[in-house]
Amino acid sequence: MIDANLITVMYVELYVELLLFLILFPLIPALILTVLRNENLRGVVVTAGAGICALGSILLLAFSVGQNQLFFTVPAPGIALVMLILEILIAGYLVMVSVKAKQFLVTGFVLLQLLLIGGAEYLGLEGHATVPDLLTDEFSAIMAVIIGVIGGLICIYALGYMREYQEHHKDLPDNRPRFFAILFLFLSAMFGVVFSNNLIWMYFFWEITTLCSYLLIRYPETGEAVNNAFRALLYNLIGGACFPIAILFILMNGGSEQLGIGSLIAAGPAIALVPASLIAIAGCAKSAQLPFSSWLVGAMVAPTPVSALLHSSTMVKAGVYAIARFAPVFDGQVLGMVIALIGGVTFLVTSCIAISQSNAKKVLAYSTIANLGLIVACAGVGTPEALWAAIFLIIFHAISKSLLFLSVGTVEHRIGSRDIEDMTGLAAPMPKVGLMMLIGIAGMFLAPFGMLISKWASIHAFSQALPPFGMILIVILAYGSAVTVFFWAKWMGKLLEVRKWEESIEFQISKAEWAALIPLTALTIIACFGIAPISTYLIEPFLVTTYGPISELIPASNLMIMVLMLALIVVLPVLMMKILIPRRSLRRYMGGVTVKDGLMEGSIGMKREISLSNLYLEDLFPEAGLSKYGSLITIVLFCVLVAGLIGGVL
Amino acid sequence: MNTILTAVAFLILAPVIGILVTGVDRIITARMQGRVGPPVLQPLLDIAKLFEKEKVGVWQAPAVLIFLHLAFMVVTGLIFFGGGDLLLAIFALTLSEVFLVLAAFSTRSPYAHVGAGRELIQLIAVEPVIILTAVGFYMVTGSFAASDIMSFSGLPVILLPGIFISMVCILTFKLRKSPFDLSTSHHAHQELVKGVMTEFSGSTLGMVELAHLYETVILLGIIYLFFVGNPVLGVLAVVVVYLLEMLADNSTSRVKWLPALRGAWLITLILGGGNIIALSLL
Repeated sequence: MIDANLITVMYVELYVELLLFLILFPLIPALILTVLRNENLRGVVVTAGAGICALGSILLLAFSVGQNQLFFTVPAPGIALVMLILEILIAGYLVMVSVKAKQFLVTGFVLLQLLLIGGAEYLGLEGHATVPDLLTDEFSAIMAVIIGVIGGLICIYALGYMREYQEHHKDLPDNRPRFFAILFLFLSAMFGVVFSNNLIWMYFFWEITTLCSYLLIRYPETGEAVNNAFRALLYNLIGGACFPIAILFILMNGGSEQLGIGSLIAAGPAIALVPASLIAIAGCAKSAQLPFSSWLVGAMVAPTPVSALLHSSTMVKAGVYAIARFAPVFDGQVLGMVIALIGGVTFLVTSCIAISQSNAKKVLAYSTIANLGLIVACAGVGTPEALWAAIFLIIFHAISKSLLFLSVGTVEHRIGSRDIEDMTGLAAPMPKVGLMMLIGIAGMFLAPFGMLISKWASIHAFSQALPPFGMILIVILAYGSAVTVFFWAKWMGKLLEVRKWEESIEFQISKAEWAALIPLTALTIIACFGIAPISTYLIEPFLVTTYGPISELIPASNLMIMVLMLALIVVLPVLMMKILIPRRSLRRYMGGVTVKDGLMEGSIGMKREISLSNLYLEDLFPEAGLSKYGSLITIVLFCVLVAGLIGGVL
Repeated sequence: MNTILTAVAFLILAPVIGILVTGVDRIITARMQGRVGPPVLQPLLDIAKLFEKEKVGVWQAPAVLIFLHLAFMVVTGLIFFGGGDLLLAIFALTLSEVFLVLAAFSTRSPYAHVGAGRELIQLIAVEPVIILTAVGFYMVTGSFAASDIMSFSGLPVILLPGIFISMVCILTFKLRKSPFDLSTSHHAHQELVKGVMTEFSGSTLGMVELAHLYETVILLGIIYLFFVGNPVLGVLAVVVVYLLEMLADNSTSRVKWLPALRGAWLITLILGGGNIIALSLL
């Protein structure tokens, strides 16, 4: 017995050390990279740093299997003070840059937040020690792997991409040392967000992610980049202001022992609903829900690895993580349903906008916002099945979206355009990257790939949610998922519109880029095959800890059918290729006036090459109009939410 | 064992039923137009002939994609008639449709390209109704599993009239019948030549036709589910609905895609959406 106890103690110590290691370790490469100007050495440091982050997070995931939720207190008494000082320093820096750029609204919100968090720290400093600082369970570990592995791969990809980026943009200053340092700081802050139990800790890391995204978006230092960076900062500060208010509310009502996520959720909706909803507002801003969404679209000006990082493994995922953490609090609550509706409206409206976009990065940006909307909708519904769907959405979205951003980035440097119309027949000159893009897109919307299983589970979950909200969400989802099929399928079609086989130009792609693209493609497929084990060993135990015994979610037999379907897609073309392929190749039918393949002759002998353009339906789905109405509806919903909160408090 | 039997039965019987339905369809359509029409088994002869033709094509991809279209149409039917999850069957159906669209795009024919765009518009016009249908069945029978719905003893249509009407409306898209035969039609004399199918020939076209037979049977199966408690009424409903589709096909002219999409979405929203929201409040 004593031995067993001893082992447990050692195990727990190892655990807490691993958590602290993951939060603190990325700071080492960050510091080294700030001073390192040699490009080869930078490559070594970035690769090693990313590799260690990835391995550490995988180790944590392995630890978390079969382990219950664990809480730790970090034995460092002065740490709260250090955090406060750092927060003041960050606020000082933001005040300085915003005043210099005459962005006084930003200044105002920085000061407001400082005031609020200062007040919270003042009230809470004595009770601080009663709340464990860190927590870990399967959900945190999954998030850690997303941050460590996908974030790490993006850092490695950035090595190759940023070299080309600087060659393409000779007029821009080469600030790569600082760029890579910020990437690692970002990873550190993200680990902090997902491991924090103490809300004051979480808020601290939360603000660092805001700072990092601001710095990364303004990397090109053009007028547009600086403007968009300030917009991202402003929107996140507006939402972020709700975070310290939530902390203040807890301190004044529930007492400091409820300042931990674990104890707050355990306290039940009566106490937790108001602070959880406030944090959900902060989460909505961070995960770019309408009406805040324009900051994420604007963030496109940054180099592609930044977009990939913001969209897949960091920043926006912090927002949905926070909302999903509090999902049990929203279960069966009308306020939870209001949050779900905000997500649902965002999902539908931004999916529609994506139809009218031909800029690949914009399509990706709007689809990110849409998928985050679906995650928020699931988290707001808050039932075990909805949370199951939300976590799977987070996983599959992170993998597929990072793959898509990185492959678009690679294509952009080869063909000099990020317009989908310019990717016509891309499968010929870039067969491997084209295939990767197809897999990434399939991963976003097609059965039997990952995202679809989450949509499936969401429909199951919404069917049982509080009427009539559940059914309204179903109607929204039915239309939204139809629209999703449209814009992804036409993109896939564009890639396959091959005119003739061309020489591959893929030899120009750097090793660093392949090093990220290949594992991400593999992950997209492996994760689909792994749905059942991920569900059984990671997500279901987490749901049982959170909700108590749960009824069967998606039956295993259905998951088996999904896996079989995936196997069919892989195996059938290979098996049938010989039988199916045409014995003789013919020209296309062009109405009898074809001169050569793809060339038509007009009435006065003028020869014209055919060019085919996809449907964008701008009249039916105008970006400006949809954003306006979507924002209007969500603003009304936010007002309802705030009114409900005030009504609940009074 | 039962499931395997059903699966095998579906594999063999679905094309037989499909051929009979389309064969009768062609005779009745001909009579409506004052013609005699072909023999009942003409669809079978047509498909059989296609598989004997030489394999030609613009490049390799379309034939492979069309094979996947057929394969997943069969998978859809196996899930549906095998008693599986209705939503899973719907997703497999969408996957199959997407393969058809991709095959059309990959031929890079201008006619197929326009057809593929319209096929996608048809897809998004139809998708919401189909999802709402599945949810409607869940609300009435308490299960998404086709096997549970099939053993339901009442008539789901009584609680789902709005969804049923929307489903009948969008069936016209799915059966490629006028006024909604936008992407391709049974008659190759339109501005689009043969739309999505312009570049498919021989066995590739044969597979498209075969997939369409399976799809027709699956869709009629969904119509049957609305009357599942009473098999006689169910079969009668299927016949009446199909006759209505034929009547519409022969008495309307094709509409443009925009009014088609708007109309389908509006009907779905008001009748379908209204139906399940009202049902959830009951």
